[in-house]
Amino acid sequence: METVQSRSALRLDLFIVPAMLAAGLFAAIVEAAKSPDPRMVIQAWTFAACMAVTAIFYLVNYGGGLPQDERSGYADNVVKAGVIASMFWGIAGMTVGLIAALQLSFPHLFYFPDLPFTNFGRIRPLHTSAVIFAFGGNALIATSFYVVQRTTRARLFGGSLPWFVFWGYNTFIVLAGTGYLLGITQAREYAEPEWYADIWLTVVWVCYLLTFLGTIWKRKEPHIYVANWFYLAFIVTIAMLHVVNHLGVPVTLFSSKSVSLFSGVQDALVQWWYGHNAVGFFLTAGFLGIMYYFIPKRAQRPIYSYRLSIVHFWTLIFIYIWAGPHHLLYTALPEWAQTLGMTFSVILWMPSWGGMINGLMTLSGAWDKLRTDPVLRMLAVSVAFYGMATFEGPVMSVNVVNALSHYTNWTIGHVHSGSLGWVGYVTFGAIYCLAPWLWKKERLYSNALVEWHFWISTLGIVLYISSMWVAGIMQGLMWRAYNDYGFLEYSFVETVQAMHPYYIIRAAGGALYLSGALIMAYNLWKTVTAGVPATRTAAVPALAAEAV
Amino acid sequence: MKHEVFERHSILLLIGILIVVAIGGAVEIAPLFWVNGTIEKVGGIRPYTPLELAGRNIYVREGCYLCHSQMIRSLRDEVERYGHYSLAAESMYDHPFQWGSERTGPDLARVGGKYSDEWQRAHLDDPRSVVPESIMPPYKFLAETPLDYRDIKDQLRANRTVGVPYSDEDIASAVKDLEAQANPDGDGVDALKKRYPNAQARDFDGNPKEISEADALIAYLQVLGTMVDFKTYKAGAPENRR
Repeated sequence: METVQSRSALRLDLFIVPAMLAAGLFAAIVEAAKSPDPRMVIQAWTFAACMAVTAIFYLVNYGGGLPQDERSGYADNVVKAGVIASMFWGIAGMTVGLIAALQLSFPHLFYFPDLPFTNFGRIRPLHTSAVIFAFGGNALIATSFYVVQRTTRARLFGGSLPWFVFWGYNTFIVLAGTGYLLGITQAREYAEPEWYADIWLTVVWVCYLLTFLGTIWKRKEPHIYVANWFYLAFIVTIAMLHVVNHLGVPVTLFSSKSVSLFSGVQDALVQWWYGHNAVGFFLTAGFLGIMYYFIPKRAQRPIYSYRLSIVHFWTLIFIYIWAGPHHLLYTALPEWAQTLGMTFSVILWMPSWGGMINGLMTLSGAWDKLRTDPVLRMLAVSVAFYGMATFEGPVMSVNVVNALSHYTNWTIGHVHSGSLGWVGYVTFGAIYCLAPWLWKKERLYSNALVEWHFWISTLGIVLYISSMWVAGIMQGLMWRAYNDYGFLEYSFVETVQAMHPYYIIRAAGGALYLSGALIMAYNLWKTVTAGVPATRTAAVPALAAEAV
Repeated sequence: MKHEVFERHSILLLIGILIVVAIGGAVEIAPLFWVNGTIEKVGGIRPYTPLELAGRNIYVREGCYLCHSQMIRSLRDEVERYGHYSLAAESMYDHPFQWGSERTGPDLARVGGKYSDEWQRAHLDDPRSVVPESIMPPYKFLAETPLDYRDIKDQLRANRTVGVPYSDEDIASAVKDLEAQANPDGDGVDALKKRYPNAQARDFDGNPKEISEADALIAYLQVLGTMVDFKTYKAGAPENRR
């Protein structure tokens, strides 16, 4: 029935997407021809190449009529592509992170005076964007596309539009990443890409929202499942944050540089309103969508509490938005704003733990599976890390604690307990589930390798966060230490020197975590290429059970 | 009202989400643009000279803000280590702000005038030549790269569009001002200082043959935190109570 509809209807997407690609290509060529800025010319050609690749993909897939994929029930090929991209960028981003960690540990070895693009200042945004937006973003797009189809029992809306979202989003990633290496940045943490990349992402994001919402409109289930509330909140709020935080004026239309609309104190609060909610909505709400689908599915248990889901959802999204000013305590931000930010940050502990309880208690009656199923264990541990990080966060937001922790490596440790433990593990868990489902295999190639992955990366996380806790607290205490005469005890560089062993332990932790991801990539590769095919009879009841 | 309404109508859910997530930002951010006292009343702050602005662009380009803050908090040890706590007024012409979030290296809000140009140059070339324990990357290429200031007028103009008070004359003489600041013996230094009070005109990188990126960056570093005139700042005055 689905197939008949999509054939008979006028395929708007097959006009709109090529038109967007052509417009992108045209803009890129004009920029490349006219821009006096050599870095802009490189970006323009990079963008043009991405447009060309996407266009070739469309020609190959849609040149000879509708592809096979569009005749089956669910659009799963785009989900597969997202999973592959997520793993690829994850490993790339973690490798860059390891290099950055090694640079701080061994500056004599890992800096190259003749290669400015390898300096820490350019590598660091490459690391953060690659793991957050490329690894995390592709995982969110892939899982949201998978989940929304299963929970609405409808094929993705928009025909080929999901493919445009995939290629368009990864074009943005390539543009942003190569831009950082060239030194193109807005100098706003986690919002570094310049104006033209931001405009492109806005276009892609609108298509993403349309695909997601359109699928919900087509749904054959009366209720919208809770995972989709979180995905929707993530998509909508990120759109709002992205647009407001990137308001600015390009120096010229042919310049790779822009100046932000706001300045100083207002700019600082807009940026941290964005920055904190990139954590709140990209790294939390979106991944909670993963939690609310994959944990019940894997444990074969219903969600612990429907009522808690509702309370968790609305309180989390309401309170998160207020927490930004805790990044600016004791600064020149007016005190009333600091106090509001701190208060809401502490309150935020409650909805966060509500979500953690809902996720963990879903295992009620299935706790024994933690012993036998390392994938479920990874998912459960991710929620435990979520609980830990969302307790640590409010503590660090209290002004007297923040006086010590701010500007130190404690913040880095906190961020990584959330990102490695929560975001990383919940993504790994979801991808371990998805690989056999998508590629129609009985099971993963090797559960033993999942065990290895789990324990190696858990050891990595422990090394990472404990070294950064010690380093951060030590740093904070040394900065404020006074000697008997009432003078500051330590010069700044003595505190840098004191970090050395902890930077090395941190790098070791990162290396372990990366090794775990490499084991996973191998396991997935073998699952896809050498796994036991799922029997048809096994697949049918699985599909029927998808309806929630 | 039953929650079912939101679960059955995607548009209501969407609108509900939008309202709920808009409130916090609106209450916290919007007042900063009109509440009196968000920015203190204090003298001395002027827009950056063209050379300083070009230096600031290099600071941004190299991602210096990822390791160096420019925000001294109102805590005893910070004030003793770095100087007077930072005022909001001091970054009111900063598009974007560069307060930073990490101190892998020290705060730079008041680094201007603390070290000589020679020290800055040597430190940028090879940080470990002057601070053996430093973990900062080397920026030798800055002194070897001529500064590209073809678009300096556009840079000033864009900053004016977002509210930095550059006059038509400032923009028209941007190139002249930039070159004058890096070459103290040439003409135009007086005109520069008239437009930008207390601007320092020197050959910052010690190489009179060309204006390098190091010239611009050092000019920027040397002005950081030096503009504000604390004699005009009354912390207890009602308009500065925040």
